Amino acid sequence: MFETVLEMLSYPFMVRAVVVGGLVSLCAALLGVSLVLKRYSMIGDGLSHVGFGALAIATAMNLAPLSVSIPVVVTAAFLLLRISESSKIKGDAAIALISIGSLSLGVTVISMSVGVNTDVYNFMFGSILAMSDDDVFLSVVLSVVVLTLFILFYNKIFAITFDETFARAGGIRVGLYNMLIALLTAITIVLGMRMMGALLISGLIIFPPLTSMRLFKKFKTVTISAAVIAIVGFLTGVCVSFLLNTPIGSSVIIVNIIAFILFSLLALIRNAVRK
Amino acid sequence: MGEKQTAITCDNATFAYGGKVVVESLSFQISYGEYLCIVGENGCGKSTLVRGILGLKQPSAGKINVEKGIKRGEIGYLPQQSAVQKDFPAGAYEVVLSGFLSRQGFLPFYSKQDKREARENMERLNISDLAGSCFRELSGGQQQRVLLARAMCAARKLLVLDEPSLGLDPYAAADLYEMISEINRETAVTVIIVSHDIHNAVKYAGKILHISGRETLFESAQEYTKTKVGKRFLERSCPHSGVCPYVS
Repeated sequence: MFETVLEMLSYPFMVRAVVVGGLVSLCAALLGVSLVLKRYSMIGDGLSHVGFGALAIATAMNLAPLSVSIPVVVTAAFLLLRISESSKIKGDAAIALISIGSLSLGVTVISMSVGVNTDVYNFMFGSILAMSDDDVFLSVVLSVVVLTLFILFYNKIFAITFDETFARAGGIRVGLYNMLIALLTAITIVLGMRMMGALLISGLIIFPPLTSMRLFKKFKTVTISAAVIAIVGFLTGVCVSFLLNTPIGSSVIIVNIIAFILFSLLALIRNAVRK
Repeated sequence: MGEKQTAITCDNATFAYGGKVVVESLSFQISYGEYLCIVGENGCGKSTLVRGILGLKQPSAGKINVEKGIKRGEIGYLPQQSAVQKDFPAGAYEVVLSGFLSRQGFLPFYSKQDKREARENMERLNISDLAGSCFRELSGGQQQRVLLARAMCAARKLLVLDEPSLGLDPYAAADLYEMISEINRETAVTVIIVSHDIHNAVKYAGKILHISGRETLFESAQEYTKTKVGKRFLERSCPHSGVCPYVS
């Protein structure tokens, strides 16, 4: 096992993937706790499709992928929040609209320029080779920003997730923090999606929080265990993908599904024992 | 102690939702340390008025003025049946502590003093033993106490409670009113409470504000029981007329 890990890390692209993926998984899980509880699970999915569209356009126009997709996805995140708050179109429908719209836009643009080829496949399902040195640098910087903001605003995030009205009455600028969460989510998704794949990246947001909620019942323990599950799950997924030569995104998600089932079983056993 | 100093002035305030007037030109004044109970039929705009006092809704005409002595972060609020989700993982202590949030300003974490006060408030409401429990697994009465403890953490000057006894059995409700009135006496915090429970209201509150359409009454609790509107309201909502001391 140890030798496998060493061999794995002797490839520079694997090191890059492990660094970026680990950080992205961690950020996604932390933000995911709040998103899942606020019933915004699908926001991640919607944003990753927008990211797909942006990535397709950037490739067609020969632009740097991250510098195009980050602003586009961030804008989409703000739009989605606005729409779900105004409640004329319900949140889930709004997400579906935007996500399907950008998916078809992306596919059309790609087929008009380079033709549907491995690029599209890689965008959709991710590729471990996608990370360049620049990406690693940017990912590390942004992940540190996301983590710092999350820790600094942890208490406020708890309060507005738990009871928005109470927070508002206390003069907390709820809208501002919702924006912050959306912004951080958008950045995390863009960073992770070329490796994990546009269709799979939202799994990193949804699975670890849901898994840890099976067993833990306090916000703090749920958050911490989601972070641990996310990192352990990602590293295991990378090893699996390396050993079995499977795509990294789907391997990580399958490991997460196994963790989810495991935690659900543990919760069942615990409840049975208590009775 | 400026006991008689005015804390909140409501001056001809009108509230409307999408053009439909809910509360019409309402005027009253509350002093520091007072205990006001807002009563009235369903949909008469009690909760709207509370939202107005909290600054969550602007009056469409007139104004509500909360004196500068009461800052936004010094108001504790117990929302009506918080829309807390059934599956939310939150410890009771975590919930109580979050009451201090509005006070911390830009500081990211709670201070030792905050944590001590949170424990004290839980002790006062007899829920210290629930500190480690999961909020969603508590009974309705326990949840309500946890939320009240949270409101107390935020309430330096003003405690606003919207239907605190909703969904509680009569004993738990009586307990809760007893506690609120104790807090009001001991800490001199101003209390505004919205309630259907007119009997507990006249028993504990100092002043009663009765809203029903254009007809509003603003009286001390004792005077209120003697008014026509008050008598009618007490009678109608009394499950055991004849036994009840307020119904002749």
